[in-house]
Amino acid sequence: MTDAAFAPLLISQPASGSAVTTERYPVRVLLVGTAVVFLVLFLLLPLAAVFVEAFRAGIGTYFAAITEPDAVSAIKLTLLVAAIAVPANIVFGLAASWAIAKFEFKGKSVLNTLIDLPFSVSPVISGLIYVLLFGAQGYFGHYLQSYNIQIIFALPGIVLATIFVTFPFVARELVPLMQEQGTQDEEAALSLGASGWKTFFKVTLPNIRWALLYGVVLCNARAMGEFGAVSVVSGHIRGKTNTMPLHVEILYNEYNFAAAFAVASLLALLALVTLVIKISLEWRYADQIAASRRH
Amino acid sequence: MAASYGLGLKRPSAIPGFGLALGFTLTYLSLIVLIPLGALVLKSATLGLSGFWDVVTGPRTLAALRLSFFTSLFAATVNALFGTIIAWSLVRYRFPGRRLLDAFVDLPFALPTAVAGIALTALYAPNGWIGQWLAPLGIKVAYTPTGIAVALIFIGLPFVVRTVQPVLEEFDRELEEASATLGANRRQTVFRVMLPTLMPAILTGFALALARAVGEYGSVIFIAGNMPFISEIAPLLIIIRLEEFSYPQAAAIGTAMLMISFGLLFFVHLVQAWQRRRFGHD
Repeated sequence: MTDAAFAPLLISQPASGSAVTTERYPVRVLLVGTAVVFLVLFLLLPLAAVFVEAFRAGIGTYFAAITEPDAVSAIKLTLLVAAIAVPANIVFGLAASWAIAKFEFKGKSVLNTLIDLPFSVSPVISGLIYVLLFGAQGYFGHYLQSYNIQIIFALPGIVLATIFVTFPFVARELVPLMQEQGTQDEEAALSLGASGWKTFFKVTLPNIRWALLYGVVLCNARAMGEFGAVSVVSGHIRGKTNTMPLHVEILYNEYNFAAAFAVASLLALLALVTLVIKISLEWRYADQIAASRRH
Repeated sequence: MAASYGLGLKRPSAIPGFGLALGFTLTYLSLIVLIPLGALVLKSATLGLSGFWDVVTGPRTLAALRLSFFTSLFAATVNALFGTIIAWSLVRYRFPGRRLLDAFVDLPFALPTAVAGIALTALYAPNGWIGQWLAPLGIKVAYTPTGIAVALIFIGLPFVVRTVQPVLEEFDRELEEASATLGANRRQTVFRVMLPTLMPAILTGFALALARAVGEYGSVIFIAGNMPFISEIAPLLIIIRLEEFSYPQAAAIGTAMLMISFGLLFFVHLVQAWQRRRFGHD
């Protein structure tokens, strides 16, 4: 078999194309080759590095690193923060998309823009703003101190910063989908005598469930992996206010690389699980996830 | 449209729950986003206009802002070029492993930035997987601005690919056939017919990658080296100022960075408006 005969099998074009709508074979090889090399070099190699470095010092060291008390408390804190921040943003996403998609009101496009605002704010600034409000020298710092309430360098600050950086995830998946679906289903349910809440739970929620799950998965990945914003408000107190990404940083800065990569490998695993769920939702329910290609 | 609102702010509707949904949305938005961001602007305003200017144009701040902006510009340019090639390959050709690679493009969105940071450092440090081959050639990547650019390329790549991909998928093949029928060769069709149509998407992806890169922190600090005036990025300087309890200074740098990213988003908005005017769709 000659190269030329084998070529169309390796790098061909979709069935819909014709001879004039594709490039010559060497050009195709060059483009695909460049794409593959770039993706392997910049995406796959770093991912592989995490797991190889994690197990470099042996499996015993690996399990010791992820089961020592500070690591366990970091894992617990990360789960706790996500367990508060993600539901908060689900409620917000549902309320915002209900208001934006089911009603016509003045200022709607402004509201839509404001919801995406946190995506364009640096993570460090996302933490900074809460320090400015609640830090010892912040606007409410004095007041909080007199009541002995600690927000910065404590759980509430970490939760607030996490909510901020994951703020748009659920809403931005739901709004376009619910706008596309319109209000007919709800109107039908209401005219048949269902209450507002019943309509929401029995009609609206089933219609948007896959898009909701999609948004929640992405929101959760970011909530558990956030570093910059949480780093500013956490205070890095070992065993107390260290989330998993912060624990990775501390171990790394102590030159404890094997342990740092061991904890990092758990986060990388979370990223892979997130990608798998995301992709399978996109493949199976593409028509029910309006925003599947907007990232 | 506006007339149908009548005297109220909302058009009448049979659906219940408007007040509750919008009320909750606005309260939550104000408490989490608007008031805290307002505090940032308010805090930097305590410096006064000239004080703000002095902080932002101070030599160390200016060096940090410049470094953040130019490494981001470089990374976004690399992403625009290679992101377009990747999007083109994924959409126009069929090859083994295509869907897997397609799925992996989103990795930088899913992988926590600190993990990306230490992984890239492990690769590019002088004794690392890639670094050990570059070191004898005199090329230093980790702990230099080049390392910063590498991290920013990593986190910005999906923005370009995911913006260009859908436009390419919906590209009308009849346009290419018409171009070929009229005697254009393939290269002319690609560069004169297709690329101009893709340009707004490439520019949008470029600006989004740039906006993300300017504010990026987690993936950068491990590989950067963090030397003042050389490899210290603006977000790190904010943290340093915060640790010194110089809140107004930190707020001023933050405000300057916000202005850069809002400027970029405004640019995206202009590109998209121009695209709609020119092509009649979005």
